[in-house]
Amino acid sequence: MAGVPEDEFYASGHRTCQGCGPALACRLVAKAAGGRTIFLGSTGCMYVANTSYYSTPWIAPWMHTQLGAIGSAAVGTAAGLRALMRKGKIPEEKINVVGLGGDGGAMDIGLSSLSGAMTHDQDHLIVLYDNESYANTGIQASSLTPWGANTTFTPPGAIEKYRVGNPRHKKNAAQLIAAGHPEVKYVATASIAYPQDLISKVRTALAKGGPTFIHLLAPCPKGWGFPADKTIDIGKLAVETGMWSLYEIVDGKRKESYEPSDLKPVKDYIRMQDRFSHLTDEDIEKIQEKLTLKRKIKVPAPV
Amino acid sequence: MSQVKARRELITGCVSVAHAIRLSDVDVIAAYPIRPYTGVMNAVAEMLGAGEFDAEYLVADSEHGQFEIGKHASMVGARAFVGSSGVGWAYAMEAIVITATNRAPVVALVGNRALDDPGAFGTEHNETFMTRDIGWMFSWAADAQEAMDLTLLSYRISEDPRVMLPSAVCADGSFVTHIKYPVDIPSQEQVDQFLPPYKRSSALHPDNPFTVAPQCNEEYVFETRKQIDDAVRREHEVVLEAHKDFSKIFDRQHEPFLETYMTEDADIIFIGIGSLALAARASVREFRKRGKKVGFIRIKRFRPFPTEELRSLLKGREAVGVVDIDFSFGSPNHGGVVYQEIRSTLYDEPDKPPIVNFIAGLGGRPVTVATFREMADITFKTAERGKPERDVYWIDVRV
Repeated sequence: MAGVPEDEFYASGHRTCQGCGPALACRLVAKAAGGRTIFLGSTGCMYVANTSYYSTPWIAPWMHTQLGAIGSAAVGTAAGLRALMRKGKIPEEKINVVGLGGDGGAMDIGLSSLSGAMTHDQDHLIVLYDNESYANTGIQASSLTPWGANTTFTPPGAIEKYRVGNPRHKKNAAQLIAAGHPEVKYVATASIAYPQDLISKVRTALAKGGPTFIHLLAPCPKGWGFPADKTIDIGKLAVETGMWSLYEIVDGKRKESYEPSDLKPVKDYIRMQDRFSHLTDEDIEKIQEKLTLKRKIKVPAPV
Repeated sequence: MSQVKARRELITGCVSVAHAIRLSDVDVIAAYPIRPYTGVMNAVAEMLGAGEFDAEYLVADSEHGQFEIGKHASMVGARAFVGSSGVGWAYAMEAIVITATNRAPVVALVGNRALDDPGAFGTEHNETFMTRDIGWMFSWAADAQEAMDLTLLSYRISEDPRVMLPSAVCADGSFVTHIKYPVDIPSQEQVDQFLPPYKRSSALHPDNPFTVAPQCNEEYVFETRKQIDDAVRREHEVVLEAHKDFSKIFDRQHEPFLETYMTEDADIIFIGIGSLALAARASVREFRKRGKKVGFIRIKRFRPFPTEELRSLLKGREAVGVVDIDFSFGSPNHGGVVYQEIRSTLYDEPDKPPIVNFIAGLGGRPVTVATFREMADITFKTAERGKPERDVYWIDVRV
């Protein structure tokens, strides 16, 4: 692929599911950042299913941090490096700091840590790999799980109160970080189905310096209920239906990365995933209406 | 209200606790995923979805949020259930402490799990022990049946007006949380006979307005601590009463504090907590066949600690082997937590046996009959010598 480096910094040695979106996310992010990087990973699939002793896929320094600590881990690492370099204790050079956190870790238990990290002038990139659930513990709802999804904490029930499954709506991480944190230098959304766009965004973020953030959609065959060879297709469909937007925010201005000329119906995306199989056509209509309305007033997905 | 009759099912510890939650008509459940306790919340979600009972079920932002939700639901008079494991329990710790100091009779399931780092899902007891001083009651299930029974007992004891303190039911990760066991699930009628409704006299409500949990400083904190100490001292009697009623209705749980296995004429006693009981009992039978009079005591209730019961059971024995599925680095003799408590229990006893400590099973490494054989050799020698050669042995570790 043109413009994509050949060197791998995230290779074999992990034991993720076939078709794992987050594993591809790690591989692409690692490729983009390169070997002069310290990677941090909070608890989740990209820890438990990656670094089961004694194998590891990382060909660069990597450390585990607590589920709710990805922001703090990035800041602590960056601050440590900066102090050591400034005081001449280690050679001065650009060492990237990249934190990889899941949706549950970064936006639920770790929201305080993530938000705090966006307020300090330290150089790091936090990538939120969003597989829309607590996947490693067997698929439970997070605050980034879409409305109507079946998870083990939100199973569709026989009684009306529980019929739709997940009753909550997906939080918008990129908007929250961008709108609320004046210190943040770069915010972007990305998708593993658009690897060149992702790689370019990771490099842009790391070149900027300061706190930066990428919200990355990483479909999960097991959690979402689609065949393992359809991960990229699902990722593309998310963008092509408008359920996921690709854009950057720099200096408060939003710049779209890719806008499909004609949006496919949301139904095409929803009906490909088992986690939504209990939703009625009416339910899907509601999702479509909401999305169409938000697009009209230029609110970027997820909505 | 569930109309289901009493029945027997092959279910895991997590699922059996969920049945207890259903039968106890819990009002608020706050969930957050972490192995190995998560299964209870999955099962509760299924039961609610099927209309088997009614409750508010919140998926929290974190364990801290989860336990705060449970605490505050309890403070308005709602019966609440939460739970966690390992570092999740540690993350909730601020809320855990304050649940006790605010006298909220919340019940939690602890799916015992080794603390990070390195990550491991197997059983260790340290996360529970980190909160042993602050006023929670702790009971430990040996199997899925006991996990359910102890949950029902916990609501009864915690909500007793003489107590009003939270309880945790501890279930060894994998061994109790995940292994299926034949469980007698009682009927709603039976549970209603046993468990009265939760009545909180100081529940937050506009009909009775007052300020809860003000800032006190040195003026009154000491007195509130004393109140909790008084309440905890009353627990012993409340536990005995509750178990008496429970065993009348369900014909189980006759022993409130300890399981005693072949201890009557035993020269050597092993003490342990939780699911290791299975291997312990098998080992005791094996040693007896070899002519050694060995017995086993399982501590079912850790807080309030059964000091008098243990003192009278242990005095005069030839040796006592304390098995700790935990560690307490830097403690006296570098021994485990249960070891420290047993030594403290026996300090005043003139006829106290020599005690040897075994650190075993850390990270979920199974404690088996083979493990007990190794521990037994050392404990028999301790009995012969009249004192242990070493105070603490790390059993089954590869260094």
